[in-house]
Amino acid sequence: MEKFIAHSGKVFALNRENIDTDQIIPKQFLKRIERTGFGEFVFYNWRYDDDGNLRSNFHLDDEEYSGASVLVTGPNFGCGSSREHAPWSLLDYGFKVIIAPSFADIFYNNAFKNGILLITLDEEKIEEYTEKSQSGDFNLEIDLKNKWIKESSGEITPFDISEYHREKLLNGWDDISLTLLHEDKIKEYEEREVPVGII
Amino acid sequence: MSKETIIEKIWNKHVVYKEEGKPDILYIDLHLIHEVTSPQAFEGLRLANRTVRRPDLTFATMDHNVPTKNVEEIKDKIAKQQLDALRENCSEFGIKLAGMFHKDQGIVHVIGPQLGLTQPGKTIVCGDSHTSTHGAFGALAFGIGTSEVEHVFATQTLAQEKPKTMNVKVNGDLPIGVTAKDLILAIIAKFGVNFGTGYVVEYTGQAIRDLTMEGRMTVCNMSIEGGARAGLISPDEKTIDYLYGRKYVPKDEEAFEALKEEWLNLRTDDGAKYDKTIEIDATKIEPQVSWGTNPSMVVPITGKTPKISEVDNKDEVMRALEYMGLEEGQRITDIDVSHVFIGSCTNSRLKDLKRAAEIIKGKKVKEGVKAIVVPGSFLVKEEAETIGLDKVFTDAGFEWRNSGCSACLGMNDDIIPSGGRCASTSNRNFEGRQGNGARTHLVSPEMAAAAAIEGRFVDVRAYSFA
Ligand code: SF4
Repeated sequence: MEKFIAHSGKVFALNRENIDTDQIIPKQFLKRIERTGFGEFVFYNWRYDDDGNLRSNFHLDDEEYSGASVLVTGPNFGCGSSREHAPWSLLDYGFKVIIAPSFADIFYNNAFKNGILLITLDEEKIEEYTEKSQSGDFNLEIDLKNKWIKESSGEITPFDISEYHREKLLNGWDDISLTLLHEDKIKEYEEREVPVGII
Repeated sequence: MSKETIIEKIWNKHVVYKEEGKPDILYIDLHLIHEVTSPQAFEGLRLANRTVRRPDLTFATMDHNVPTKNVEEIKDKIAKQQLDALRENCSEFGIKLAGMFHKDQGIVHVIGPQLGLTQPGKTIVCGDSHTSTHGAFGALAFGIGTSEVEHVFATQTLAQEKPKTMNVKVNGDLPIGVTAKDLILAIIAKFGVNFGTGYVVEYTGQAIRDLTMEGRMTVCNMSIEGGARAGLISPDEKTIDYLYGRKYVPKDEEAFEALKEEWLNLRTDDGAKYDKTIEIDATKIEPQVSWGTNPSMVVPITGKTPKISEVDNKDEVMRALEYMGLEEGQRITDIDVSHVFIGSCTNSRLKDLKRAAEIIKGKKVKEGVKAIVVPGSFLVKEEAETIGLDKVFTDAGFEWRNSGCSACLGMNDDIIPSGGRCASTSNRNFEGRQGNGARTHLVSPEMAAAAAIEGRFVDVRAYSFA
């Protein structure tokens, strides 16, 4: 996994709560057997109408948001289906950081495993960022090392994140290698508990 | 000894390695896989030159993508590619597969229990959020993403933060005509779509004890709709009876007795403490219908859609009503349906189908309504046909299909058209879930059956006795 130390980028705000992974990436795009190439389909049904034309009431594709890489959104983001296609599509589209009041559990794990930084902030701050982003020219600088977010005005907002997730992103560690450091413990467990196979 | 919940008992027993400030490494007893969330995990293994550590603790089936009619020929090339990939991957890594046409095939959360793979005390994972279903047997079962699938392949473990525990206490008995589905919908309606985030939930109380194993599966299935990755129920004699004699449960009487002992001991100790307890009164619950676009947007059949002026989340409610093509304050019994879907891992087991069949016996599906039944597994289908349920459904005008996920998520051809309104026994009423622009109303099998006959939602309590 790539290391994540800091990131600066344009904000796109999606002011809705309980955005489920069916909205992030609809099922018709789940049939691929690769991890890549999902970006163009992110939020598909909100971006495109039945005929495949861009909808005018959804602004991700508006010119001023082009290149946005920081998503600011509502509580319980990523609820529903466990599909990792959701973080894959967000990342493939270009989102590196997602800021919300809360995230659904499975999505939270899935996102970090793909090197996306999820930041939890209180609703007021989210509202403030949402409002500021309406200009289409609102950038945030996110520093994971020091755990703060900086606006171009210079205003700084600190954030909290578990040391475990922070270290993993900063070092670009992948989980499987980390776990395999303890392979002897897995062996011990199997010798002690003797899990019975399916025969 | 300190008093423990079943959640702690299972967790502690499975910890392989523990370190301050890091998630526990948890051993996984059973890894269920299917075609949609596994290909990238297998690919990852290959790229890293790794293998599946315990293929013998892994079991595969095909469910999400499979056609439920004209099954001989899969027209969708990309779907076929995914199914082929699973077949090849299973053979490469030595994993048992119940593929299409295999007698053990079915929705992954239906076949696990049916085959006795699901057992009390096990840690069970699957790349599917409704893995919580298996918690009905007192297993710690939760959905994982594809990276985690790969992690389990390679290590047979998962790095997991120890969850908090929650007791969802259901007091009193459910009234006649009110089902497990109504209960879980009412719980989510009352506590919201993220009441369980960060928790493993145990369902307790008389109403839970009184549920059949099928009913318990329905309740645990939808835990994730309340935000809980896992929901479970302490095992009792019903659990034991259900598992006795199943394919992958030891046949030897002595061995089974020993297991039984072990399983019953998993029960939450009297006086054990949970991090949180919430309660609901079962006696007040009525048949439920979802009106909106998430599973907490639910009202009793006797109710109405909300009034914008009376809710806090005005934007969300307005958007949902608009998507659903409903007015505020509209009576639920005034909503017509165009489609009925009986199926999904929530409600597609034999008992679900039997109860629905009872409602429709001798009646006809309302003209203009398209109704389908999709049994949860090959075996459910076979058993249903043995007792003539297929006839009951087809005589009434339902289509009788082969097993799979089908219109629960509409990855195959079973899609509700844009603007179509479906009474569905599935678990998610998200926008576009059953098809782009499709409108989903979550209900019990009985309510879905009655809606098929009447062409609108009716109170099944009055209906079944009419
Ligand atoms: S039936 Fe629906 S919810 Fe259940 S596993 Fe299949 S797609 Fe998922």
